[in-house]
Amino acid sequence: MVCFDYSRRSDRWVLDGGAVSLRSPLGRVLGLGSAKDGTGHFWAQRVSGVALVFLGLWFAGSLSSLQLHDHAVVMAFIASPLNNVLLALLCLTAAYHSYLGVQVVIEDYVHAAGLKIVSLVVSRFVHVLVVAIAIYAILRIGLSA
Amino acid sequence: MSNTQRPLSPHLSIYRWPITMTLSILHRATGVVMALGLLLLAAWLANAAAGADDYQRFAALLSSLIGRLLLLAWSFAFFLHMANGIRHLFWDSGRGFEKAQANASAWFVLITAVVLTGGFWMVAL
Repeated sequence: MVCFDYSRRSDRWVLDGGAVSLRSPLGRVLGLGSAKDGTGHFWAQRVSGVALVFLGLWFAGSLSSLQLHDHAVVMAFIASPLNNVLLALLCLTAAYHSYLGVQVVIEDYVHAAGLKIVSLVVSRFVHVLVVAIAIYAILRIGLSA
Repeated sequence: MSNTQRPLSPHLSIYRWPITMTLSILHRATGVVMALGLLLLAAWLANAAAGADDYQRFAALLSSLIGRLLLLAWSFAFFLHMANGIRHLFWDSGRGFEKAQANASAWFVLITAVVLTGGFWMVAL
């Protein structure tokens, strides 16, 4: 009985260096490691990626046959109701997909905890700002036509 | 003492860089390029909304040599990232992981991206 108790202790409370910790193994790992949202991130990246295959091909196809230097032509293209909605969807989805991707890049390459958090917050701010500017421009052109 | 017959892990000096690794890092690189491309997309829309004068300045900037090179890079980044993204979606179904398959799909994606980029600019110009 004493022997069993000893082995249980050595499993749980003695650290690698041999020091005895008063903290339980659970207490040591809480707040570290997986936040249990990896699957959600993975799935959001895939679904937005599938949407961007369609939206991106539509946009590339439209751009290739558009007289981009002619302001009136570009305005008419953006103002058309279908294009207006699809452009807004493209900007929203691309910014979301981009944020998810840049987040992974930052998490992979920026190791200092403080700089990592600052980078993630800045990335989120910039993405939201850029998409807000884009949506404002799209709606302004669409609604004033 | 030492067993020279054991399998050796790849060493830097004898390691042949496989095409799959090129595609792996290119997927990430093109993703970052297109994250920056979002700025261009927003700038295009904002300049169009700002009026004809601002738009002409913006269009002139893009039709400069550097602007054209950036557009070429961004279009290739889009087609490569899209094609390789579809390759990733296929992998998500649990198929295509054999070495020969992964090498073949890597080349297929690369060639597809070049062809689509070429086709895009043939129509555009």
